[in-house]
Amino acid sequence: MSIELQNISYTYMPGTPYCRDALLDVSLKIERGEFIGIIGHTGSGKSTLVQHLNGLLRPTAGTVSLDGANMHERKQALKSVRQKVGMVFQYPEHQLFEETVFDDVAFGPRNLGLSDEDVQQRVESALECVGLSVADVAKRSPFRLSGGQMRRVAIAGVIALRPEYLVLDEPSAGLDPCGRDEIYAQILQLYRTSGMAVVLVTHNMEDVARMAKRLLVMDHCRIRFDGPPVDLFHDETIQLRDFGVSLPHVTSLLKTLRAHSLDIDDTLQDEEVVVEAIRSALKRKRDSSC
Amino acid sequence: MTIMLQIKDLCHSYRNEQNETLPALDHVSLDVAAGQFLAVIGRNGSGKSTLAKHLNALLVPDAGSCLVNGMDTRNTALLWDVRQTVGMVFQNPDNQIVASLVEEDVAFGPENLGLPPAEIQRRVTDSLEMVGMTEYRLHAPHLLSGGQKQRVAIAGVLAMKPRCLVLDESTAMLDPVGRSEVLAAVCKLHRQQGITVVLITHFMEEAVEADRVVVMDAGRIIMDGDPATVFSQVECIRSLGLDVPVAADIAARLRQKGIDIPADIIRDEELAVALCR
Ligand SMILES: Nc1ncnc2c1ncn2[C@@H]1O[C@H](COP(=O)(O)OP(=O)(O)OP(=O)(O)O)[C@@H](O)[C@H]1O
Ligand SMILES: Nc1ncnc2c1ncn2[C@@H]1O[C@H](COP(=O)(O)OP(=O)(O)OP(=O)(O)O)[C@@H](O)[C@H]1O
Ligand SMILES: [Mg+2]
Ligand SMILES: [Mg+2]
Repeated sequence: MSIELQNISYTYMPGTPYCRDALLDVSLKIERGEFIGIIGHTGSGKSTLVQHLNGLLRPTAGTVSLDGANMHERKQALKSVRQKVGMVFQYPEHQLFEETVFDDVAFGPRNLGLSDEDVQQRVESALECVGLSVADVAKRSPFRLSGGQMRRVAIAGVIALRPEYLVLDEPSAGLDPCGRDEIYAQILQLYRTSGMAVVLVTHNMEDVARMAKRLLVMDHCRIRFDGPPVDLFHDETIQLRDFGVSLPHVTSLLKTLRAHSLDIDDTLQDEEVVVEAIRSALKRKRDSSC
Repeated sequence: MTIMLQIKDLCHSYRNEQNETLPALDHVSLDVAAGQFLAVIGRNGSGKSTLAKHLNALLVPDAGSCLVNGMDTRNTALLWDVRQTVGMVFQNPDNQIVASLVEEDVAFGPENLGLPPAEIQRRVTDSLEMVGMTEYRLHAPHLLSGGQKQRVAIAGVLAMKPRCLVLDESTAMLDPVGRSEVLAAVCKLHRQQGITVVLITHFMEEAVEADRVVVMDAGRIIMDGDPATVFSQVECIRSLGLDVPVAADIAARLRQKGIDIPADIIRDEELAVALCR
């Protein structure tokens, strides 16, 4: 069970003055159960790449297949792709279109042909999942919400589909810190219980460092790194800046402490663990100085 | 000291589809001195964007008042002057694209100011440089990536050289390097040209760079102080759906464990110095 991109390239507006390469010979296999983070500078091709995962874009060259079937060979294939691969777009305004929040979130489940009762139940649990109260927002227009509220509705709409592959393009942009933590906690919960795959595009290094098992770095239309996050953030030979990415905050704090000659492991992540490590480093320092 | 923004008892309500009123700002009062760098933080729906829209008269108060450099935003005769004084970049750059070429888009504001063509060209060049989009000058703005559009929108406002710059989550789609570059450009304008900055953000490390942090909740201002004072109240900030910078968080946890660390630590470097003295 996987999505496979084989040697795909994508050019926007070929044959016009606006012609622009966005992907060049990219190959990638995403298995069910994976949690993949994608980072890289603005314009590096992340959104273009993930829009191939649900067949929204058709590669200029190369093939994209879901569970072994080429997405673009038969119409039927694309329909099953849309049901199995759920996508939250970078700008939520681009995917909200119904008159009420309820209808918007219900759109996917209704398309799956579920009963009204099931639709109702899915909408309610999806809204709850993103921290919105059904009573408060269900009847409101999605376009007359605050930026962060709109994003929550867009995420709920995709969660309600219960996809096998969940693709999130910058889902935390515009969310307040608690909202971000809560929604990620829910997504992790879904991920762990359902065995789905999660593909997360983000500019937030903490998010990938904490959650992704596998990290991709895009740069100028290509995947330039593919491996566990620690391998990227702790390889001194990689110039993160050139990729438009940075260290997670905790990591850069730990590196600053090391630069001030505190003897501490800079791969730690959890705040409580960091605190304990600082305490023992301080103790070692005191002991050795007397 | 001149006051750039003077907000007094400002109230604003929206109406929902059932025509019921939804209060979004509830007796907000706030004075911002000319040349101040103010960060506004607060959970989703707390009223930040609504407040921002009052600053350039996109919205006007239901009750109370909002003065921009002494001009009442309700006075429609002053609308043009208010908009010229306060430049604003929104959350979603799509709503701000007006032209079919990046350079035309950035030139749109200065053209409306009636500036001579040579000056317009210079401003377009400088602002694109500041946001790192020089090489996209002849591209179509609506065909750019999310973060590239945001940069163009910021350049468009910088080119107007407003005395007050309001950034409503305008760096949310930028990569970390781009975000710190744009923020550095804004800080430089603030320092060198004394521009007043209102920065609305969900990135606490950005708020740390401000002179002053205002925290909103449920349409009201509930905290107001310098970054060190605001972010040292870790519990309170968390209860408002927000977070504190990592250094402040670790410092607070260490203090709880009885380690002697000053209360006003918000930056990595400050924590390192305090621990290694
Ligand atoms: N609709 C389009 N038409 C033409 N070119 C486009 C279009 N969308 C994106 N591009 C170009 O393709 C390249 C890749 O864009 P893409 O949106 O995939 O980048 P991204 O990595 O998602 O960036 P960001 O972090 O800013 O969202 C960029 O150079 C961009 O200018
Ligand atoms: N056009 C509108 N019509 C009706 N209600 C609105 C409208 N715009 C915003 N609201 C409501 O007003 C309140 C304040 O919204 P505002 O956009 O000011 O919040 P915000 O602090 O900017 O939030 P965010 O961090 O999500 O951007 C919210 O409850 C929101 O649902
Ligand atoms: Mg993108
Ligand atoms: Mg807002």
